[in-house]
Amino acid sequence: MPTDGPMITQDKKEEKLVMDASEVARAVTRIAHEVLERNKGIREIALVGIRTGGVHLAHRLARRIQEIERAQVPIGELDITLYRDDLAIRKDQPVLRRTSIPFNVSDLKIILVDDVLFTGRTIRAAMDGLIDLGRPAEIQLAVLVDRGHRQLPIKANYIGKNIPTSREEIVHVYLEEEGEEDRVVLLKNAGGGVR
Amino acid sequence: MSLKRKDLVSIASLTPDEITLILETADSFKEVSGREIKKVPALRGKTVVNLFFEPSTRTRTSFELAAKRLSADVINFSPSSSSVVKGETLLDTARNIEAMQADIIVLRHPDAGAAETLATGVKSSVINAGDGWHEHPTQALLDLFTMREKNLNFKGLRVAIVGDIAHSRVARSNIFALSKLGAEIRAVGPPTMIPVHLDRLGARVYYDLNEALRGVDVIMMLRLQLERQGRALFPSIREYSRLYGLTAERVRLAEAGALVMHPGPVNRGVEMAPEVADSFSSVILDQVANGVAIRMGILYLLSGAN
Repeated sequence: MPTDGPMITQDKKEEKLVMDASEVARAVTRIAHEVLERNKGIREIALVGIRTGGVHLAHRLARRIQEIERAQVPIGELDITLYRDDLAIRKDQPVLRRTSIPFNVSDLKIILVDDVLFTGRTIRAAMDGLIDLGRPAEIQLAVLVDRGHRQLPIKANYIGKNIPTSREEIVHVYLEEEGEEDRVVLLKNAGGGVR
Repeated sequence: MSLKRKDLVSIASLTPDEITLILETADSFKEVSGREIKKVPALRGKTVVNLFFEPSTRTRTSFELAAKRLSADVINFSPSSSSVVKGETLLDTARNIEAMQADIIVLRHPDAGAAETLATGVKSSVINAGDGWHEHPTQALLDLFTMREKNLNFKGLRVAIVGDIAHSRVARSNIFALSKLGAEIRAVGPPTMIPVHLDRLGARVYYDLNEALRGVDVIMMLRLQLERQGRALFPSIREYSRLYGLTAERVRLAEAGALVMHPGPVNRGVEMAPEVADSFSSVILDQVANGVAIRMGILYLLSGAN
């Protein structure tokens, strides 16, 4: 699974399991209930996953909501690459993936879904990307993990788990959809700094 | 993977992986062109200069639109309104443009090799928008994109390229690109318009159009440059049209559902019958639409910090 952090060598890293498969499943279930409670059902809501991890989680959330409410929520996939704030300073351009939002976002309550909330820059880009597609009635944010260290005034409405980290650590979310066992691990990176 | 090069001068210098990366990147931009607000902020603050030494409405407009949809600033520079008529060299003109902080220069020039010369002479990224009889890489890439969009697989794909192969940069770029991706290329035209040793580029030569079209998946027509008449390349337009013009009957010789392509502008009734240009097999307007997506992709990939 890709990571925003630098490559680290085997001997330098120390892995700590912070969520196992059943904790991930329970977190998704709880978020599904919270979404329904806050929005009083599924009327006028839509899920938008941020590529790549957020898309898988959005689909899981949609399935869970469907099990509870017996009705489908619209679901979309958002690639934020073109809205990154570091495009002009990066040497290599990041690989683009397709944005696919098969509904009109205007007047809907959009629930953005991502795996890890860190600096908040991805979410800022995602909000700009969404607003270019229309005028949502509301944007809410659901994340599996909030690891702190915000650089922008951004806050999640639904959080699977708060994980205190130091800036140098890396949070990895592994998901079944990518051929891994569901789990969240914390990598202590002796090699230093992330982006 | 990213495109680790400053310029896009030719297809010949690209690897198959780089070609695939450009096509996949353009795929994402096709979605942007379908939005109500067709603009993304990816190239905000960058300046793109269209430096066109040959008239071209289509390619220039396509690049201009691509740059604008990426939020870049665009300047159009053409020789009639510039110092070129006063005797300034290409490199000096480009260096002046560069001094005004241009990030990307899009060059169209009547001389083969002009883009390469410019690329080695300036720090800005250079995109070749056609240089003499050499190459027109963005045209070939948009042609490939169009075939891919119609679910064609390049491996073993049979493509007939018909017309003045010798004087066509579109044909050259397409032959390079298609052969890199494993397609089977048939080059068709009168002997005066077929360059020698074309087989070395991976194309099989045909002089009989009917024979060449049998079983092909794509028919790519080239524009007959009418201004070349009188250079003894062909006796008359009428004869050329009879022997090498694409008619509805000839399209039927190809595979069912074969695509008919043309880089434009079409000489209706010369290289292509009007009913063929307007038929369901014709993807000429798809090519134009895809040109913007391909150029957005290339501008994006070349716009990384230097």
